Amino acid sequence: MNNMNKESNYKTTAAIQASLKKRHAAERRFQWYGRSAVLTGFIFLCILMVDIVGKGSPAFTQHFIKVDVIFDRETLGIHASATPADIAQADYSAAIKSSLRTMFPDVSTRVGKKSLYRLISVGAQYSLRDMVVENPALIGTTREIWLLAHSEAGSYLKNQVSKDSPESERKIKDIQIKWLETLREEGRTESRFNRSFFTSGDSREPEMAGIKAALYGSFYTLLVTFLLAFPIGVMAAVYLEEFAPRNRLTDLIEININNLAAVPSIVFGLLGLAVFINFFELPRSAPLVGGIVLALITLPTIIITSRAAIGAVSPSIYQAAMGVGASKLQTVVHHVLPVAMPGILTGSIIGMAQALGETAPLLMIGMVAFIMDVPSGVTDPATVLPVQIFLWADSPERGFTEKTSAAIMVLMGFLIIMNALAVFLRKRFELK
Amino acid sequence: MKNFLVGAIVALATFGSIHSVQAASHESVSIVGSSTVYPFATVVAERFGRSTDFKTPTIESTGTGGGLKLFCSGLGANTPDITNASRRIKMSEYDDCQTSGVTDIVEVLVGYDGIAIANSTQSAELEISLYDIYLALAKDVPGADGKLIANPNITWEDVNPVLPPVKIEVLGPPPTSGTRDAFVELAMAGGAKAVPDLKELSAMSADQVDEIKAMMVKLGVPLGVYNALAERKGKAPKGKDIFTTLAYAIREDGAFIEAGENDNLIVQKLQANPDAVGIFGFSFLDENRDKVQGASVDGIVPTFDTIAGNEYPVSRPLYFYIKGAHVGKISGIQEYAIEFTSLKAMGEDGYLTERGLIPLSGEELKQIQNDVKNLNRLELE
Repeated sequence: MNNMNKESNYKTTAAIQASLKKRHAAERRFQWYGRSAVLTGFIFLCILMVDIVGKGSPAFTQHFIKVDVIFDRETLGIHASATPADIAQADYSAAIKSSLRTMFPDVSTRVGKKSLYRLISVGAQYSLRDMVVENPALIGTTREIWLLAHSEAGSYLKNQVSKDSPESERKIKDIQIKWLETLREEGRTESRFNRSFFTSGDSREPEMAGIKAALYGSFYTLLVTFLLAFPIGVMAAVYLEEFAPRNRLTDLIEININNLAAVPSIVFGLLGLAVFINFFELPRSAPLVGGIVLALITLPTIIITSRAAIGAVSPSIYQAAMGVGASKLQTVVHHVLPVAMPGILTGSIIGMAQALGETAPLLMIGMVAFIMDVPSGVTDPATVLPVQIFLWADSPERGFTEKTSAAIMVLMGFLIIMNALAVFLRKRFELK
Repeated sequence: MKNFLVGAIVALATFGSIHSVQAASHESVSIVGSSTVYPFATVVAERFGRSTDFKTPTIESTGTGGGLKLFCSGLGANTPDITNASRRIKMSEYDDCQTSGVTDIVEVLVGYDGIAIANSTQSAELEISLYDIYLALAKDVPGADGKLIANPNITWEDVNPVLPPVKIEVLGPPPTSGTRDAFVELAMAGGAKAVPDLKELSAMSADQVDEIKAMMVKLGVPLGVYNALAERKGKAPKGKDIFTTLAYAIREDGAFIEAGENDNLIVQKLQANPDAVGIFGFSFLDENRDKVQGASVDGIVPTFDTIAGNEYPVSRPLYFYIKGAHVGKISGIQEYAIEFTSLKAMGEDGYLTERGLIPLSGEELKQIQNDVKNLNRLELE
């Protein structure tokens, strides 16, 4: 009896040892599959990042050209008795043009002059205007002023255009290249950090376009989204998880919440157009409507993650609270919610990050639009970052290519910050 | 936890107050419409916003049809004040406007745009005629016996032996686009008129019922088309109506690919596929001369001068429409229109002209400026 037992034991051990090698090999293979899967994903991410950063990084610098600007009363059209309003309305582009002509006196043809004026950005006249309005003593003097270069000239100064390509195949002409080279030799060109990219709104001139309006728009939209989706989502989750009876109705609600999470976002946009704009007559293109629509999109995410977080709170906490005589409300508000809060916040932040990247629903409610002014409230017309990216990608001017990638970099930066915040909150509060 | 509850309550209160503050009308001019006019309108809006005290108008690119639909949906703060169009307003749209209370419309012609038929600079330049375009892209074309048959042409060589033996692959705008409307009207219908029977059909009036029907039989078109049109219009269709139904239909067998409203995308696709041909606005051709080249149509190459001189056959007018009832209620509408139609913008040396808008003649411009100044009302019969 004993012998037989031993014998079968040996047999089993031998069988196990024989299969062990095979099983280890299978495990190693499996791990390699996993590693190559991670690696493939990582390679795609790297290609994407290299492409975007490569294309976008030139957008963070900007070229300026030093011009001896002649603030001549006559060219500007400012009389001796001019009011500040007259000064603001004066013709500053004429001053820039005449100053450029003085610097390059041998340009005489109409076409030649036109290409000369094209070296300087259209926006330069507005910065001159602001300078003179602030300091009217400039009138009548000649000053060396750094003026913003036109995007085509800037693109040449950034070495993005090859001089050797045929003239018909590039926007910058041979004669302009000659002038730019002269300016460069005289030390009259300078590359600076592109501050206006962060301090100005959209523009049709690539060198003047910035993301400030879109950033503010995104902020107001997300503010509305958060103020709506967070309280409603958490309330719904608490009630469904803690107080609601289990019956057919709550099952139905649960199924519908899960369903809503999978509805394409454009559907919510159509709903926003029909309900909030056409029926409630809320303004078009406003962050208010955008925020409400995005709140509808993020609600299911917040409810589902909050319920999971509340459900994961240990029963001992309930029992302890109930044991010392706390009511159900007290138990939930004083004990369960604080413990579940990291999970709830994580879910909310991920939901908000998702809302930050949405464009499709905003198309229907008029937030995909050219909006230059920075919005000052939730009812002002506004656009959001991903929409700004879409609009720039659609512009015919070549200078917007780098702006598009630069805006993508900013958007990705915000997404990384938000997701990192979610991780941080979870780690921080879980330790307590 | 208390903080959280307080936060939530404050949040809800804030939201409530936002709600009540919500103004009765928008402060900046709201503009919708054509994606072709969009690049020009935004430039005007930007200059207007920077150089005046008015707020910068907001401009959405919805396509001509979509813009007119929004524009004609009624009066009030949540409807646009101006819509851009890359074709004239249609009678049906005008009627929609009238019924929803938008009776006071000012039409502003802003200039011309050519529709370029282009391919990659890596391949040979195309020289085609309107008839070639019709034969290459129509859903039904005349067969050997003169009856219309489903388009059998696979390569450009099938269309016209002098063209290269390359598969027909055309990227063009979707039906919501004004570019598409103008393209079918100018190029397809223009080419279809080279077929004598179709040309004859297009000239027949609504009274010539028997002639129209006889011609339809000759062309092999089922008479159901006639009845369906009669039912839709509510009256007897003209020969022209039958003609447009036939000539405007673009083939759906994959040779024509709808590429969306994004003209940059078409340019990129052409670069990737040198055999493909794209259809888009002249300003995109002008900006991307290093990547794509325009085909000559009926011997005319699309350039600034040939479009301005009305020589290039596929060119169309660009418009915007002002909602007269909103002028005075929303500040800046008329001032924006005046800026748009000023010599500084639309003149020979204007900043829009520099951007590729083909300007109006001096007399036309004066007439338009006058219309804007007096807000002359558009009457369509």
